[in-house]
Parts: sequence; structure tokens; C-alpha cells
Amino acid sequence: MIDHLPALQVVIPLIAAPLSALFRPGRAVWGLAMAASGLSLLIAILLLRQVLEQGVISYPMGNWPAPWGIEYRVDAANAFMLLIVSMIGTVVIAFARTVVEQRIRLPEHKQPWFYTAYLLCLTGLLGMIVTGDAFNVFVFLEISSLSSYVLISLGRDRRALTAAYQYLIMGTIGATFILIGIGLLYVMTGTLNMMDLAARIPAVSGTRTIRAAFAFLTVGVSLKLALFPLHLWLPNAYAYAPSPVTAFLAATATKVAIYVLLRFFFTIFGAEFSFNVMELDRILLPLALIGIFSASVVAIFQTNVKRMLAYSSVAQIGYMILGVSLVSVTGLTSTLSHLFNHALMKGTLFMALGCISFRIGAASLDRMAGVGRVMPWTMGAFVIGGLSLIGAPLTAGFVSKWYLILGALERGWWPVAALVLLTSLLAVIYLWRVVEVAYFKPAPERPVREAPLALLIPTWTLALANLYFGMETSLNAGVARRAAETLLGVAP
Amino acid sequence: MKRYSIPRLITKLLLPLILLFALYVQFHGDYGPGGGFQAGVIFGAGFILYALIYGLDYAQQILPAWLLRIGISLGVLIYAGVGVAGLLLGGNYLDYGVLDAHHPAHGQHLGILLVELGVGITVSSVMVTIFYAFAGRGR
Repeated sequence: MIDHLPALQVVIPLIAAPLSALFRPGRAVWGLAMAASGLSLLIAILLLRQVLEQGVISYPMGNWPAPWGIEYRVDAANAFMLLIVSMIGTVVIAFARTVVEQRIRLPEHKQPWFYTAYLLCLTGLLGMIVTGDAFNVFVFLEISSLSSYVLISLGRDRRALTAAYQYLIMGTIGATFILIGIGLLYVMTGTLNMMDLAARIPAVSGTRTIRAAFAFLTVGVSLKLALFPLHLWLPNAYAYAPSPVTAFLAATATKVAIYVLLRFFFTIFGAEFSFNVMELDRILLPLALIGIFSASVVAIFQTNVKRMLAYSSVAQIGYMILGVSLVSVTGLTSTLSHLFNHALMKGTLFMALGCISFRIGAASLDRMAGVGRVMPWTMGAFVIGGLSLIGAPLTAGFVSKWYLILGALERGWWPVAALVLLTSLLAVIYLWRVVEVAYFKPAPERPVREAPLALLIPTWTLALANLYFGMETSLNAGVARRAAETLLGVAP
Repeated sequence: MKRYSIPRLITKLLLPLILLFALYVQFHGDYGPGGGFQAGVIFGAGFILYALIYGLDYAQQILPAWLLRIGISLGVLIYAGVGVAGLLLGGNYLDYGVLDAHHPAHGQHLGILLVELGVGITVSSVMVTIFYAFAGRGR
């Protein structure tokens, strides 16, 4: 079975999804989703170990050899991504049960559909990562997107419906652009396999068609990953989705889109074409910087904490794109490392907020007065996640900021490095507003209890992971560096 | 009941043909244009026509929502299950060749037939479910 791990990575959640639709509401269906997510995590760990020891794994679907058949291709970069997505998926699904039972807008008999949509979303995200076929990426993108629209629309607030609809429109435009881009590539090269595309594109890279394909793919994927100024769907979608969904999507969906972007830029088109011929870094760098700065400032003025963190996500995506625009191993290491670290910190923060809104009904600043005293564990996790978001030493967030600043200094761009530090201070401001309200305002008059253990355990698991990976960096710096070298093609 | 007798009569005449044509598209998809998706859409559309003319209640007596729910899942499970069968028989995922130990070509044939059947079941179930969801609003 060990040879079939790349296929099983996708197939297990794919089979669990329709099965869970047949279950009655209750713990059994949650157990199925939990088992499927846990198995995915196990497979991702095994795959990563296998890749680090033996190099690239190629798996021909249906035994049709590449480039004719669909090839699943796992290297250091996507093995690392698989680990992020399946890890967050497992923690979030552990968190989801209590919330799904009590706090989503679904009648009880339809609750199993939540798990179906969640598992399909997981299938799509894992599939986008593991596949080595450009069209297959689009298919899995649609699976994950459609299911995520459903998941977002399940929020209790009715505005979740318009948020999901807005995301549907923007996401569909993005997906269409990606499809057009892939179509143009296919017209010019006659192949969809990524490795084959990479081999054939240089012969035709001077044509306008290839440039148009490049532009369509860049814009399409940027819409999905919410690069400033294409981020408008994100704040509402994150703010009104149910808390486990927000935690899951914030930690995985945009990350996978960034991975797809890296795959197209570095593996398919090649760094030479993307950054020397098309000079993409000149567009990405200012957009990333404006995104970081403006989204951080907007976050300061939000009263809904979930929305605040959503804007903060837009800013964090800016840091990741900034790392890409440095076009160096260090820059790319910071991007990949931040994919991992940001998943940990935003997962923690959104789950802690989920605990708070589970008890007090909403995550707005005025209602959060004094919750730090009545919900010390929850707010403790929030503070750890917040420190990591700021990039305090000994937290995971420090690792990626460190590499980002190092990368900027390597290129001699010290104003960029200074701006990274400055915007970290903006993060201090908006997070401090939450901490101030939660700890220094009088406790709420209504009796509020600490969140149930079923919510606290997953939240603290991620919170502790923030601390652990802030000190033990062989994964989020070491493996990230190897993945960056793989993408840049300088790996041994 | 006496009203709209012409649409009722024509629906009655056409319905068997539509469903038969859906089955033709389904099972002839190996040799000609067609396949599970198209067949599922035709089958679903035929059923939606019936529901439009004779009403939701009659339609739901024939195809109740719980059955559609099973249909939606069953189709995907058939598709994924054929792939797993390939794994269990020693091939790669979705390798139909190993389904028939003596004639890989027969295995390929059987595999694609089953997979398309799964697609057809899911697509037609989803079509009718979406129709029920819209038509049943406000009830």
C-alpha cells in the first residue's frame, strides 16, 4: 500500500465525503470525518518522510504513464503543503463537532452534510497540491471552491449568505481565468502534465499566447489567494463563516492557492521566464507592500474581531507574496515557512475566537469586555497566537519574519526590511486592542463560563504548536528551505 | 385535472422515450458521443418534466428525497470504489486493466462502464434534488 500513498491521500477523504452524507446526525459521522482527516495526516507525514529520504515520488493514475495520463507527483514542496493542510484539517475537525451541533445554520437532520462539504473541501485542497497535472489542479480547485462556498454560507449570521455569494462570483472569475490560462498553455504545447509543460514552454515562450496564459494564470490565482487588491471577497467570507470553517479556510485555502502560484511560476514557467522576461517581481513587490500596509491599517479600525483577523490575513498573504518577489532561496523559504506558521497562528486565533463566540454569541470588541478573566484558557491561546502573528521570538511567526527580513537584506532592500518590522508593529496595535478589552475591562455581568474542553483541546494543540515550532525549526525552516530549493531548481 | 390535457398527454408519450434515450446515451457512451454526465442530465431532465407537469407530490412519490440522497452518494462511491477495486487487485488507482485478470481490455471496458454509471446516478440525483429544493420552497 505504501506505493499508493499519493492516490490514497486524495481518495480517503473523497470516499469519506459521500459516505458521511449517508449517516444519521450524531457522533458517528463526526468520527468518520475525524478518521478520514487523521488518516490523511498520517499519509502526509509518511509521504514527507519518503520524499525527504528518496526524492520525488511519481504516481501514474490508472497506470497511464505521464505525460499521457494524470501523474501525481510529490516533491519536497508539495509534501510540505500536504502536511500543513491535513494537519490543520485534523485539528479543525476535532474542534468542529461541538460547534456544528449547536451553532451552525443547519437543521439537525442536515448536519451530516457539513462533514460532506468539509471532506470534499479537504479532498479538493489535497488534490490541488498532490497532482502533477495542470488541468487536474483546476478540477480540484473547483471541488474545494464549491464546497467552501457551501461551508461559508452555513454561518449563523444571515450576511454569511451574501458573503458566500460574493466569494462565489469572485472565485468563479478566478477559476475561469485559471482555466483560460491552462487552455492557452494546452493550445501552445499540447500537454497538460506540469513537467512536460515545463519542458515544452521554452520553445514557444516568445509568443503572445504564452504571455497571455501567464497573465491569466497570475490574475486568476491571485484572486483565489486574495492578493491585494483582489482580496475584497475575503473579509466578509471569513467574518461570517462558522468558526471552524474560518479557521480551516484561513489556514489552508489561500495557502494552497499560493502553492499553486509558486508551482506555475517556478516549475511550469520557470523562474527565468516569470521574473526576468515577464518581470513579475516588479508587480508583486509593490502589491505585497501596499497589501501588508493597508490591510494592517484597516484591521486596526475593525470592531468585529473576526473581521479584524480577516484583514490581518490579507496582510499576511502580503508577507508571503513579498517573499516570492525576492526571488531567492531565502525569500522563498520565508514564504513557505510562513505558509506553515501562518496556518498555525491563524488557526489558533480563529479557533480561540470560535470558543469566545461559542460562549458569548459574537466576536465583537464591545461584547468581549473582560472575557480574559472568565475564559482565561481561551484568551491564553489567543495571546499565544497573537504573539506568533506579531512575530515575537520563540514563536513560529518569528521564524518566517526572520527569513523574510534576511531575504530582503540579502537583496539590499533595507527599506523593505524596515517596512516589515514597522507593519509588525501595526499587528501589535490591533491585537492589543483585543487584549486590552479582554483583560482590562470589567468582567461581563452575565455569567460566562470557560469554553468546553472539546473546543479548548484543539485550540491549545495549535497554540502549543506555535511555541514548539518557534523553537524546533527543522520542519518550518529546514524542510521549507528544501522545498524552496526544489521550486527554484537548485536542489541537489 | 382536465386542464392542460395536451401537455399531460405529450409528457406521457415522451417520458419513456426520454428515459430510454438517457439509458442509450449512458451505455452507448463507450462507442459514440455521450456518457454518464449527459445521460444523467437527460434522465434528470425527463424526471423534472414529469414533476413540472404532474406536480411535485407525484414526483416525490416515485423518487423520494431520501432515495436521491442515497443516489448522490452512491454514484461517487461507485466511481471511487472502482478505483479502490483496482488498488485491491494489485494495480494503480483507477487502473481498470486489472479488473479482468485474463483480458485487460475487457477490464478497461468494465471499469469505464461502472465509472460512467456512477457519474450518471450522481448527476441525475443532483439534478432532481436541486429541482426539489427550488420547487419545494415555501412549502
